Amino acid sequence: MKEIEVHYPPEVLQEGEVPSDIRTEELVLNMGPQHPSTHGVLRVILQTDGELVLKATPYLGYLHRCAEKIAEKVTYRQFTPYTDRLDYLAAMNNNLGFALTVEKLGGIEIPPRADYLRVILAELNRIASHLMATGSYGLDMGAFTPLIYCFREREWIMDLFEAASGARLTYSYITIGGVREDVPEGWTQKCREFLDYFEPKITEYNNLLSFNHIFIQRTANVGICPPELALAYGLTGPCLRGSGVPWDLRKAMPYSRYGEFQFDIPVGRGTYGTVGDCWDRYFVRVEEMVQSVRIIRQALDKLADGPIQAKVPRVVKLPAGEVYYEVENPRGQLGFHLVSDGGTSPYRLKIRGPSFCNLSILPVLAPNCLLADIAALLGSIDIVMGEVDR
Amino acid sequence: MTSSEILELVKQYDADSIVSATAEGLYPHVVIKAERLPAIAGFLKTQPRLGFDLLRCISAIDRPAQNTIELAYDLLSTSLAHTFAVKVLLERADPQVASVSAIWPAAEWHEREAYDLVGVTFLHHPDLRRILLPEDWPGHPLRKDYQDIVEYRGLKFQP
Repeated sequence: MKEIEVHYPPEVLQEGEVPSDIRTEELVLNMGPQHPSTHGVLRVILQTDGELVLKATPYLGYLHRCAEKIAEKVTYRQFTPYTDRLDYLAAMNNNLGFALTVEKLGGIEIPPRADYLRVILAELNRIASHLMATGSYGLDMGAFTPLIYCFREREWIMDLFEAASGARLTYSYITIGGVREDVPEGWTQKCREFLDYFEPKITEYNNLLSFNHIFIQRTANVGICPPELALAYGLTGPCLRGSGVPWDLRKAMPYSRYGEFQFDIPVGRGTYGTVGDCWDRYFVRVEEMVQSVRIIRQALDKLADGPIQAKVPRVVKLPAGEVYYEVENPRGQLGFHLVSDGGTSPYRLKIRGPSFCNLSILPVLAPNCLLADIAALLGSIDIVMGEVDR
Repeated sequence: MTSSEILELVKQYDADSIVSATAEGLYPHVVIKAERLPAIAGFLKTQPRLGFDLLRCISAIDRPAQNTIELAYDLLSTSLAHTFAVKVLLERADPQVASVSAIWPAAEWHEREAYDLVGVTFLHHPDLRRILLPEDWPGHPLRKDYQDIVEYRGLKFQP
C-alpha cells in the first residue's frame, strides 16, 4: 500500500484542490428522498471524494401532482385551495398571487379593506414562513433550541390565522375578489399585541442563533453565490438579496397596496464572510421579519371599515387573453402565467415556483463543498417541495 | 422603459424575424421566428438599454386548434425594472427549438420541465431529461390530447 504523506501545508487544501495522492476512490451517496435536512422529499445523488462533494444531482418529482393539469379541469375559484398546497408554509401568499392574477385578467377592482387585510395576512405569513426557515436552519446546523423558540411565536400567527380563516395551514382565505369573510371582532387588537410581543423576540433569536460562534463557523463562507450567478440562475427572494442584489418586487414593481408602505430591503453584506454565503441568506430572512412587522403596523393603521368582497359571480368567467403576474413570496417570486380562452377554467396555467428556480443553483454551488456543508447549503436555499414539484 | 420602447429596439435589431408583436394590453410580447431565438435572446440580455438579466419563466402552451405549441419566455430586468416577453411558435408534430440555457442558465430546468410535461425538444441543451415525471412515463400530460394512463408499472389507476 502506498504511504500517505500527512503533513500538508494548509494552503494546499484550498478550494477544489486536493493533492492527487490523497484522493480516495469516488463514492456515490444517495441523500433523500427521506432525509431530515432535505426539507421534504428531495433526492440528491452526491458524488464524493472523501469529505469533498464533487457533483450533486437533484432528482425531483416525488411530490408531483401536476397542479397545472388540475387547473385546466377546475374552475378559477376551485383552484384556490390547490394554491394552498404549493408552498404550504406560505399559503396566504400563494392565495394572494393567484387571486391577483385572476383579478388582473378579469379587471376586477378590490375594496380597500380587503386589500389591506390581504397585505396584513400576507406579511404575517411571511413572518411565519421565515420563522420556520430560520428555526429549522438552526436544527440543520445542530441547534435544536431555536426551532422551539421560533415555533412558539409561529403558534401566535397560526392562532391569528385560525381565528380569521378557520384553518391553520391551508387557508384559502384570500379569494378572487377580496377575502372570504371579515376578520372577527378584536382580531386587529390581537394582531397588534402579537407585533408588540414579537418584535423584541428577534433579538432573542439573534443572541441564540445568528451571532452564535458555532453557527457562524458552520455557515459563513459556505456556499457562496455571487450576484451574477444568482441572477443567471433566476434566483429570487432572500436567496437573491443574500447575494447583495437589492431586488424586491414589493418595492420595485409594487402590487396590491405595497406602494403605500415604508420599508427597507435587507441585503447580504458579507458580515462574517463573503457576500452571498449561507449566513447572509439566513440573516436576510431575520431582517425581513423586522420589515414585515413595519408593514403590518402601517397596514393596520390604514385598515378602515368597509366591504371585503368585490361583486364577483360564483363561477368566474374571464375574457380571452393572457397575463403573467408575479408576487413576492417568502421564498421568492411566485408567478402565474394564465391563459384564458373565455371559459370558466384556465386554458393553461403555468406556475413559476420560486423554490424550483432557487433549487437549480444547488448543482452549481455544491461541487467542492464539504459533505456536511450540503445540509447548510440546502437549508439556506430554503426550499418547499410542494412548490418545487407542484 | 415602456413595452413599446422595448419593442422598438427589438425591431431596430431584427425586424425581419418578428412574426407579430403587441406592446399594449396585459401581456406585451413579441412573437419571433423560432430559428432566430438565440440571437434575439442574446440581444435582449446584452443590450445595455434592455438588460434582461433574469429569465422568470418559460411556459409551453399547447394549441391543437392552431396546430402549434407556443413557448413564452417571461423576462425581467432587475437593473432597469422593466419586463417583457418573447414567444416562439413551434410545429405541434415535432416541436424543436434551440435552448437558451447558454444565455440564461435558469432556462435549464424550465426547459427540462417543458420537455417533460409538453414534449418540446430543446436543441443543444446540456442535460435534457425528464425532471418531474419518471423517465419511462408515457406521453406528456400537458398536451391537450393526453390520455390519462390506466396502468403504470403494475399499478392500476381508476379514472
